[in-house]
Amino acid sequence: MTDGQGAFRYIGRPRRTKEDGRFVAGRGRYVADIRLPGMKHVALVSSPHASARILSIDTRAALATEGVSAVVAGEELAKATASMQHGVDAPGIPWYPLAAGAVHYAGEWVAAVIADSRYVAEDAAEKVVVAYEPLPAIVDPEEAFASTVRLVHPDHGSNVLFHRKFVWGAVDEDFTAAAHSLDLRVRWGRSSTVPIETFGAVARWDPGEEILDVWASVQMPKYGDQIAEALRLKGNQVRVHQDVDVGGSYGVKRGLKHAILVGYLARKLGKPVRLIEDRLENMSGGDAHGPDRIFDVSVAFDADGTVRSMKMRALDDCGAYPGRAPLQLGKPVGSIVGPYRIASVAYEAISVCTNKTAQVAVRGFGQAPTTYAIETAMDRVADHLGLDRIELRRRNFIRADQFPYMIPSGTEYDSGDYHAVVQKLTDLADYPVLLKKRDAIRQAGKLAGIGIAAALEPGGGNASFEPLFNPRNDTTLWPESCTVKVDRTGAVTVLIVTSSAGQGHQTLAATVVGETLGIDPAAIRVVHSDSLSSLPGNSPVASRMAIMLGGAAQKAAEMIRERVVRIAAHNLGRDPASLVYRDGAVAASDDPSRRLSWDEIVRICHRQYHLMPPGMEPGLQASYTLQVPKGGTMPTGDGRVQMYPCFSFEAHMALVEIDPGTGKVEIPEYYVAHDCGTMINPLIVKGMLLGGIAHGIGAALYERFEYDETGQHLSGTFMDYLLPSSLEIPMVKVADHCTPSPLTSHGQKGAGESGYPGSPAAVASAVNDALAPLGRRVDALPIRLGHLGALFGGLALKSGT
Amino acid sequence: MKAAAFDYVRPTTLREACGYLADRSVEARVIAGGQSLVPMMAMRLVRPGLLVDINDIGTLSGIARDGDTVVIGAATRQAETARSAVVAKELPLLALALPFVGHDQTRNRGTVGGSLAHADPSAEIGLVAATLGATIAATDGEAERRIGAADFFLAPMMTALEPHECLTAVRFPVWDGAAVGAGFQEVSSRDSDFAIVAAAAQLALDRDGVCRRAALAVANAAPTPVRLHRLEEALLGQRPSEAGIDRLLPLVDDAIDPSSDLHASADARRHIARSLVRRALLQAADNAAKER
Amino acid sequence: MAEKRITVIVNGERHSAVVEPRLTLVDFLRDALDLTGTHVGCEHGVCGACSVLYDDVPIRSCLMFAVQADGHRITTVEGLAEPDGGLSLIQDCFWEAHGLQCGYCTPGMLIAAHALLQRNSDPSRQEIRKAISGNLCRCTGYGQIVEAIELAADRLNQRTPASGDHD
Repeated sequence: MTDGQGAFRYIGRPRRTKEDGRFVAGRGRYVADIRLPGMKHVALVSSPHASARILSIDTRAALATEGVSAVVAGEELAKATASMQHGVDAPGIPWYPLAAGAVHYAGEWVAAVIADSRYVAEDAAEKVVVAYEPLPAIVDPEEAFASTVRLVHPDHGSNVLFHRKFVWGAVDEDFTAAAHSLDLRVRWGRSSTVPIETFGAVARWDPGEEILDVWASVQMPKYGDQIAEALRLKGNQVRVHQDVDVGGSYGVKRGLKHAILVGYLARKLGKPVRLIEDRLENMSGGDAHGPDRIFDVSVAFDADGTVRSMKMRALDDCGAYPGRAPLQLGKPVGSIVGPYRIASVAYEAISVCTNKTAQVAVRGFGQAPTTYAIETAMDRVADHLGLDRIELRRRNFIRADQFPYMIPSGTEYDSGDYHAVVQKLTDLADYPVLLKKRDAIRQAGKLAGIGIAAALEPGGGNASFEPLFNPRNDTTLWPESCTVKVDRTGAVTVLIVTSSAGQGHQTLAATVVGETLGIDPAAIRVVHSDSLSSLPGNSPVASRMAIMLGGAAQKAAEMIRERVVRIAAHNLGRDPASLVYRDGAVAASDDPSRRLSWDEIVRICHRQYHLMPPGMEPGLQASYTLQVPKGGTMPTGDGRVQMYPCFSFEAHMALVEIDPGTGKVEIPEYYVAHDCGTMINPLIVKGMLLGGIAHGIGAALYERFEYDETGQHLSGTFMDYLLPSSLEIPMVKVADHCTPSPLTSHGQKGAGESGYPGSPAAVASAVNDALAPLGRRVDALPIRLGHLGALFGGLALKSGT
Repeated sequence: MKAAAFDYVRPTTLREACGYLADRSVEARVIAGGQSLVPMMAMRLVRPGLLVDINDIGTLSGIARDGDTVVIGAATRQAETARSAVVAKELPLLALALPFVGHDQTRNRGTVGGSLAHADPSAEIGLVAATLGATIAATDGEAERRIGAADFFLAPMMTALEPHECLTAVRFPVWDGAAVGAGFQEVSSRDSDFAIVAAAAQLALDRDGVCRRAALAVANAAPTPVRLHRLEEALLGQRPSEAGIDRLLPLVDDAIDPSSDLHASADARRHIARSLVRRALLQAADNAAKER
Repeated sequence: MAEKRITVIVNGERHSAVVEPRLTLVDFLRDALDLTGTHVGCEHGVCGACSVLYDDVPIRSCLMFAVQADGHRITTVEGLAEPDGGLSLIQDCFWEAHGLQCGYCTPGMLIAAHALLQRNSDPSRQEIRKAISGNLCRCTGYGQIVEAIELAADRLNQRTPASGDHD
């Protein structure tokens, strides 16, 4: 095993991060901390109906409330702004920050009240009188798919937002040739990553400069561009401040409608305007729900457990507006066989709309639900053949000597050694002993199970699912930029072009630049450019920043280093190839006394033009804009394309205990083995992994946005949408492995979405193992206490001790 | 989620407080710990015109033995009650229940009286009050009224308190003599959530281990806490045993009337109630045996 | 509705203000006193992002009105620092162990951790997990938070050498 870690000086060390110091002191700067003179506050009026025509909106009493500046409703926004864009071709679905003419989900925002304080705005919001004509709501996705009469958006002509069937390889032949096949259905419940900080945006219009300043708690590519487009401004009339600390996002903080709304209001009122969602607005009206998916899977396999082929139908309930959500059916295409050598795949992706809160990008962009489906299938195959579930997976893993490995849908996996990682997992967990523990718990009268899951975390962000799912979108470019500047004092500053939500980008950039320049990262300052002064970037989505920001930072720092060497060569009268760069100083390799220090070189760059090589730019700075590795191709006619370049791998093992008397599930032990190539900062990577596992446990056991049959959202507070606490999440034991990526600056792969792809599958696998002695299974997530309690009651289980 | 506007007073005497509550021109509400009231106000589910803060009324706080009861002032913090040596000794059932009440941060503010007055059907303190047949004392500023727990909880979030009354104390009976043991069992989705179902039991055993007194009730398996009288009667004169208790569990079904919600169906609650009653009784029997 | 004058001692400093009764304590701290370290997450008492010390015990400041705090003492995350402005032991340990990511739940978490170590300077792992169970975190999965508090307990009980690598 190559351990890339030992080769570096700063990379791979568990150093304190740059960000944590200000957060522990309570000196973070979140959007709700921003104070601008004259700032006004927004509260929203929401629809109580899942589907209704808006007959009238009476704002008089609200407007008459002292402290209220304005009340704005959907029609005004619809005239003044351009509809928000969808990621798929979905005509007839206009989308504005406030509902215009009709509401399409319970909680949709209908009017905005702007006042001197949030308190007053809420008082006035209560006085807005909206007359509705309720319409029947459609909430079941299968019904939505089938119906041609009950339409969420009549102008769209159907409820189908996307529907395509892909066939890669000889699926029918493989099914015919295989010894066995089995079918299964699993359901991924509607949940989301629900950050503790809600979404917020502040906008200020400067009429003299004609510029809209926006501060937001955002994780959204091309945010400024889309705000400009909607507000009919030029791109350089919007400046997004990317130095706002974001209180968690994990995909969901897209907030385009929020920014459009406050941007419009700021221009209209000539005052800065702030919208901070309260929790009720966030849960029902924030459009931040996650995938809600029904999978029908068939697998064809041989007697030895080799899975030859897979068919998958994925039907996703997008909620009332598509946005980018249907593309969450597309990203899994880039790893559609998981870590297995499955030779052919048929994949049918269907996205439908219903009268529910809209869906947004959630951590992994569809990876976790799809992994749940694939891993359940693997467990079933093992079960069918009486094979150990780990052994079954071993027989199917892509082997270490097979990388780079091309999967049927056209993506090549860069590197990996899944067998080695699983070996580390079983060693870490002491699998034979864990089995005995499980059996001992069963003897003592509880149900117990061990769950296994193996999952990929694709990283890098070639979002080729965009052109794959929307031929009118020919984007093949997803960049990230970094600028490194050395100032006149010799201090290094790095400019990054994104906002951060706890992923440690400042630490990442400083570590990579420090490594390249031989300078302590502690001495390097990293700042977030605003969108006007930023070079191209694409936000910390898609588990891409270690790869992309790391890569761009390395390139920019490398350019600095080359220039430093050239200046030294010029002044020492030597060939650059005969010089050694170390820690900022350059010396002749055969005579170390022939040397220029960092300070001397900096002085030359900034002051002594007469000592610079002819033609060289003054100063000491470099920028690099990196295109994503293996990006740049369009899909073929049968839907093959390279998606993300790098593949991290994780293998999970969970021991669960279920109380037969109550249905309560506990996880006394949890193990994970993880390979993300070179870790730039292992503390940060571990944090991502453990956080992702916690999200996964939430999705598996606790979290779901519940709707009744009329489309009422029943879990709009934290009393009903249950986020796991420290007592629900076990202390996870971790083993690391490193198969560097050949495609990146230091062998790093992505880690930002780790843990989440595999953990729901592992927990489900464990619960089903626990239920196996009862001859029962659960095929839907979340697996809740109430559900198991009812199941056990029906079986008249004894309550045990 | 900001509350609707209200006026605020913080009287130092009960008479003053009741004076405010008696004023019918405004909807006045008592605030003690606020852990249940303030979220409802934040969501504008309740909008009192006047909040009467009783935290400065000294007489409303305190824990003391009074004859064959322990009297706990309405404004006594749940955290203080959980630490009380008197409670630990005299009210073992309450001592067992308190760690399940919310979370330690909410117990630092939440009060015993507040929990009773709020009357959430899943509330642990109300369950203990119902199990032991506690008496709730309330005043209108002039006269004190005492309401037995069986008559106090009328419906979810509804008690026998009149709008102009202030709950002043709860009087829990102490079981002296015999070997007394308590059992408290609860299950919730997450640790500090509202109970999906909770069961409370207290048994007194004589020197031969025979049950001479039994109190048993279940929370959140009906609109209000339910005493399981028939099961209690069936326990009397027997030595508690697993097999014996198992035989009595069908009586649980007869007594309860659970509903379905987001968190659990009625069927789930039935099963859970049986399990928790069984465990609470066994725990109580174990604890009583230790006292012999 | 009649405003009230209140006097509160926050992080050792006396503050006097006139407030609307419905102004929550967390909004008062953040908006009137500019102590934005305490955060708002749910406004219904579940997430704990608003935790502060109130007369030395941890409470949810979204569940209290500022008027109720009249005459009482409050400590926020800003008040946990040493008198010279340096980080307290628990703050430093959170940094060293990376017991945070986005920082949003962190102030409340630090208050809970601080309160725990005040009443029990050598808690078990389970006691730590219980003590922070009223503070929700969506970034960390709690693992490194528990490790940070264990590190602080180790240092308090002089079990490991002093602070490691600073960045």
